[in-house]
Amino acid sequence: MSTALSKKHTKLVRILVLVAIAMFGFGYALVPIYDVLCEWKWIERDRPNDIKQVSEAAYKVDMAREITVEFITTLNESTPMEFHPEIKQLKVHPGEYHTVNFYAENKANKVMVSRAIASFSPALTSSYFEKTQCFCFSEQTFQPKEIKIMPMRFVINPDLPASYKTITLSYTFFDNTEKSVNK
Amino acid sequence: MSAAVAEHDDHDDHHHDDHDHGPAKGLLRWIITTNHKDIGTLYLLFALAMFFVGGSMAMVIRAELFEPGLQFVDPAFFNSMTTMHALVMVFGAVMPAFVGLANWQIPLMIGAADMALPRMNNMSFWMLVAGVLLLASTLFMEGGAPNGGWTLYPPLVLQPITVGKALPFAIFSVHLLGISSIMGAINIIATILNMRAPAMRLMDMPLFVWTWLITAFLLIAVMPVFAGAVTMLLTDKFFHTSFFNAAGGGDPVLYEHIFWFFGHPEVYIMILPTFGVASTIIPVFARKPLFGYASMVWATASIAFLSFIVWAHHMFTVGMPIAGELYFMYATMIIAVPTGVKVFNWTATMWKGAMTFETPMLFSVAFVVLFTMGGFTGLMMAIAPADFQYHDTYFIVAHFHYTLVPASIFILMAAGYFWLPKWTGHMYNEKIGQLHFWLSAISVNILFFPQHFLGLAGMPRRIPDYAIQFADWNMISSIGGFIFGASQLLFLYIVIDTIKGGTGEKVSDEVWEDAAKHGLEWTLPSPVPYHTWITPPTTVPTEHVLDIH
Repeated sequence: MSTALSKKHTKLVRILVLVAIAMFGFGYALVPIYDVLCEWKWIERDRPNDIKQVSEAAYKVDMAREITVEFITTLNESTPMEFHPEIKQLKVHPGEYHTVNFYAENKANKVMVSRAIASFSPALTSSYFEKTQCFCFSEQTFQPKEIKIMPMRFVINPDLPASYKTITLSYTFFDNTEKSVNK
Repeated sequence: MSAAVAEHDDHDDHHHDDHDHGPAKGLLRWIITTNHKDIGTLYLLFALAMFFVGGSMAMVIRAELFEPGLQFVDPAFFNSMTTMHALVMVFGAVMPAFVGLANWQIPLMIGAADMALPRMNNMSFWMLVAGVLLLASTLFMEGGAPNGGWTLYPPLVLQPITVGKALPFAIFSVHLLGISSIMGAINIIATILNMRAPAMRLMDMPLFVWTWLITAFLLIAVMPVFAGAVTMLLTDKFFHTSFFNAAGGGDPVLYEHIFWFFGHPEVYIMILPTFGVASTIIPVFARKPLFGYASMVWATASIAFLSFIVWAHHMFTVGMPIAGELYFMYATMIIAVPTGVKVFNWTATMWKGAMTFETPMLFSVAFVVLFTMGGFTGLMMAIAPADFQYHDTYFIVAHFHYTLVPASIFILMAAGYFWLPKWTGHMYNEKIGQLHFWLSAISVNILFFPQHFLGLAGMPRRIPDYAIQFADWNMISSIGGFIFGASQLLFLYIVIDTIKGGTGEKVSDEVWEDAAKHGLEWTLPSPVPYHTWITPPTTVPTEHVLDIH
């Protein structure tokens, strides 16, 4: 092979290898890009962990409307817990504050760190569902066999579009003991 | 003066730098070879072997689905079969087969003596073998092979119940396969860009070379992204990261985005070279230049570009803003335009041509018809609201099998029939070839067409058992599957028979009437000598580009 040709090969291969490495990096770059895009208002996508605590604002209660709020609980994989809401369904007026208690019990004989992740259906209602107090804001540490009654206080923003009549709020408890920094 | 002396010395010590030596003797030849024809053969034979391995897995699937209820395998093994069938067929059969064709044909078609980087070529083949063996080894592991689907979605594949010890092996296997195809792609780009005969401009290149050039860029762009995605799975499982773990702040939907950013270009990696081979075969048997050469090149490039910006049509049902659903819906539909240009051009090439229907042409014509059907079902699923019905049913199974089996696989068969006489110097048995075609073409429709009905009726994919209402069409589909599977043994027979001498008929250099007008490879002797184009050709066939120059 002539040296001129082999020089051409070397140059081209170097560029192509760099492209491949850059694309490997791009795969990882998609992680923060995804987070940023989900923050954009027009994307209108709820991220489970973006459900933030809000301070208690005084809304004008809209007595004309009634929204059904349903609560669902799930345990991820083999999380050794008992977990359920004290009431399964609630009819509320937008602007009205309510507190719902959730029962959680660590069935295992060891300390467990768990995290509840919320999910809304329809997803677009999540930004109108404001929580002033919730066990889902942070990880929960359970002593062996510990039972906790955990409150969640919320209000539905009266700006909620009229087409929504029912909101289903689902909580999944994840056993996060291994990955947690708080163990 | 000194040059003359050197020449004289060379003549005396005959043992060095002799370009006419043939292949090394013995089995070692195949392990250490750097000859593009040897490596092409290795790729093709390996792909053929994997085609039968992946095919056997499909037979297990169709046998289990022959009747409702669980008959032969347990559900976890069934799911391993669907997962492994896909991985083996995509990464072990279709992709390596096209790399094999590229190795054999690209240097012959562009007038180059070999691939640009022959030793890397050898390495990428053997890494492929290592990767596939690693993947196959998971079948014998505790907990069985991966069974969460070839897409390896979390949280499914991260749960201990769906994956025993197999996950890390499957992931390393994907890494090896990825590195192998990236090296192959780099080699192909370097060959095409740097080693064309001086007379061959880019717009003189045969369509097969063009489609492979574009495919190689797709490979370099997306295989590393897939490698990154599975690496994230690996660290989530074993190193306490939380890319896809909701409790740790991750999101499983993110994986779907990254995966399909790779996955959609990946489906074009399997279909673009298919287009290239079809565009090579059809003009020869229609005895006309390819219609719309330049538009074929631009259509290929447009499809490749569009493939990067439509990925989320694989996940309409996962939850996306309306703006996203609409964008991905319309962007996907645009792909029908360049694809339609291609189908139109193939049809126009055949229009008023002096057509004959030897086996390669039969497979190519069947490809044009059946691929178009697969394309149409793709358009149906591009309609976001309608996709909610089709998603994850047998409808999608029917769709992508129509674009892969009677498209990619048929064209690979056509390529085999088309070039085997050139490579071996022997003619294949045309009667058995035609029998193979008709059995395949009829049975493939019995196999996959009823799956459209099953999907529309609501039968989900990846299940070993199903409701009784789906029984009839499943049985028909399975019968088609068994006939199709058995027919492929004819192809195996023909390949072996042709290599060993075929019909005994001596083929001409052109093999097919006037083929030399269509490509440089047909101006070489048959069988093709071990070393070709030591000096590049001075003219290139221009018939296929007449209408643009």
